[in-house]
Amino acid sequence: MYQYDKYDQAMVDARVAEFRDQVRRRLDGTLPEDEFRHLRLKNGLYLQLHAYMLRVAIPYGTLSGEQMHMLAHIARRYDRGYGHFTTRQNIQYNWMKLEETPDLLADLASVEMHAIQTSGNCIRNISSDHFAGAAADEIADPRPWAELLRQWSSFHPEFQLLPRKFKIAVIASPTDRAAMRLHDIGIELVRNADGVLGAKFFVGGGMGRTPMIGPCIRDFVPAEELISYSEAILRVYNRYGRRDNKYKARIKILVHELGAEEYTRQVEEEFAQMKTLGLDPPVAELERITAYFADPAFEQGLSDEIDRADPDFAVWVDQNTHPHKVPGYAVVTISLKPAGGIPGDASADQMDLMADLAARFAFDELRVTHTQNIVLAHVRKADLYTIWQQLDGEGLASANLDLIGDMIACPGLDYCSLANARSIPVAQKISERFADTGRQRELGELKLKISGCINACGHHHAGHIGILGVDRKGVENYQLLLGGSGAEDVSLAKIIGPGFDEDGIVDAVETVTNVYLGARTDGERFLDTYRRIGVNPFKEALYG
Amino acid sequence: MAEAQICYRADAPVNATAASFADFTAGSNAAAVRIEPGDDARVLVPHLGQIQLIEVNFPSFGDGRGYSAAQIVREAGYTGELRATGDVLADQFVFLRRCGFDSFAPDKPLDPQEIEAAEGFFPHVYQTSSDGVAAIWALRHKAVS
Repeated sequence: MYQYDKYDQAMVDARVAEFRDQVRRRLDGTLPEDEFRHLRLKNGLYLQLHAYMLRVAIPYGTLSGEQMHMLAHIARRYDRGYGHFTTRQNIQYNWMKLEETPDLLADLASVEMHAIQTSGNCIRNISSDHFAGAAADEIADPRPWAELLRQWSSFHPEFQLLPRKFKIAVIASPTDRAAMRLHDIGIELVRNADGVLGAKFFVGGGMGRTPMIGPCIRDFVPAEELISYSEAILRVYNRYGRRDNKYKARIKILVHELGAEEYTRQVEEEFAQMKTLGLDPPVAELERITAYFADPAFEQGLSDEIDRADPDFAVWVDQNTHPHKVPGYAVVTISLKPAGGIPGDASADQMDLMADLAARFAFDELRVTHTQNIVLAHVRKADLYTIWQQLDGEGLASANLDLIGDMIACPGLDYCSLANARSIPVAQKISERFADTGRQRELGELKLKISGCINACGHHHAGHIGILGVDRKGVENYQLLLGGSGAEDVSLAKIIGPGFDEDGIVDAVETVTNVYLGARTDGERFLDTYRRIGVNPFKEALYG
Repeated sequence: MAEAQICYRADAPVNATAASFADFTAGSNAAAVRIEPGDDARVLVPHLGQIQLIEVNFPSFGDGRGYSAAQIVREAGYTGELRATGDVLADQFVFLRRCGFDSFAPDKPLDPQEIEAAEGFFPHVYQTSSDGVAAIWALRHKAVS
């Protein structure tokens, strides 16, 4: 994985010093809250319902065992012993004290981590495929491109005060594990007719109150123009994105209002000038970064045999491991979704264990997924049983990956000042209702996503089943959506009728799964059945 | 005209009343022009030879359009005074400088100590911009380029 050189380290250290100064000025009263607010957000520090919340960047979701140990240390030292992994492959802590945050950032900087641009109207943490470097279907590792973009976007002088936040995802396989087309910029690495690697650009996707699937605006941008082309996209947005209404300020609204064709024309016009300005690093820089992502020293000739004598282990292997590009290895996903738990939460002890397992068995590397789980990307199949036993000892062996129990949920009204309804209790009740692993497996792949407000941090638009919490005359009410997908078969879920109360929505989820079980044909997922039979059978079952 | 509090130019700040963007584009031959966030800086490009001062106004510090306006005129070769006016804050100072502003006339005077501190934090930059400072990638590949 990427390692800082003296320049990267100097920049992160500088940010710590700068933020320390900003906090000092806030605490001594020199800096009023309305000016400080924007500065602290640039560093991922929110003022939430009960306390400050800090979001730490995990670039493209990749981190080392040492870095994971540091996240555990922060949970113990500055929080209440746990952290929450997010849908942007980051982690956030909910119980921060403002005066301690500079020390926390210094701790992070000591292991090449930071909280730069994890909030605010700027370019946020760049996300990527959590199986990068391990997946058999990828054409290249997307993370060097993401790292190049990370450096370019960090402290970019022109794009610190965009109309609204800006999210970029980079993938490099036909299977989309990063909800790429639901980003402000989605990049898919492709090869052109000459076999040269380049970037296919999708712009103007997003969730939030107006969900949109990003249209392709260019089939191929070569590596040596990646930065100037991105800069052209951002400049058109910075100049013409709406600033009169924050709910219409994302780039998707600009692309939609102009039309993809006109927006593309403007970008191309800007790009024609920008590519002459020397904004692009030499290809040698991408090569330098790529060298850090070289394959680890895989052993050759390992057996693919797994001893499946322990039935619980066998279920976990079937559900939570994926094929690896190298024989004898597997990709392991550690579910942070125990029945009755808070999706994405991990205790400091759990983080330490995952870090130790990564160091012992997985080339000291972990990934955070946008579905709020943790991946060990390169594991010998011979080590799977030992890993599973250790995970089981810390409550981390839920065999529910991609099943209904593996749901996404935002923090909701329990923590978030924007939320209209609680998400966590709904997630807990549903996961308890479907706690039986056999029952979950019978339902098969089923992506359930819960947001506590219209801002859609819980990705409800992309759920096979989505739940949206709203406030209805002071009472929490939950709307049910069906038919969304954040994968390569991307689609937006639709609200199917009047909402439900907290217990009612749990029943409603069970009702629609029963409709599916009754209607499915062999091999059909919930989403496939819904697409085939349409919404009416589900509506009839729910509302009669 | 907003009088410059801070100016980084060798020559003295331009002391002329800036024409509004509308007046300028209507055919004025003024040597100073003032642009607001919604004005298209690119329209000025053919006239940059006659301009000695461009004031870019920030009615609110959170509206970042003025940064792009500054980059556009600098990229087009403008070497005259580029003055940030309005809600200009110390914590945006470095970014404004990087976009080519060399003169500052804030509504609320900036604290020179805060400016000095702000300029001292970051030893390098990650990207090429109108200030011409070599990006980190250029430093990394200096030996081979």
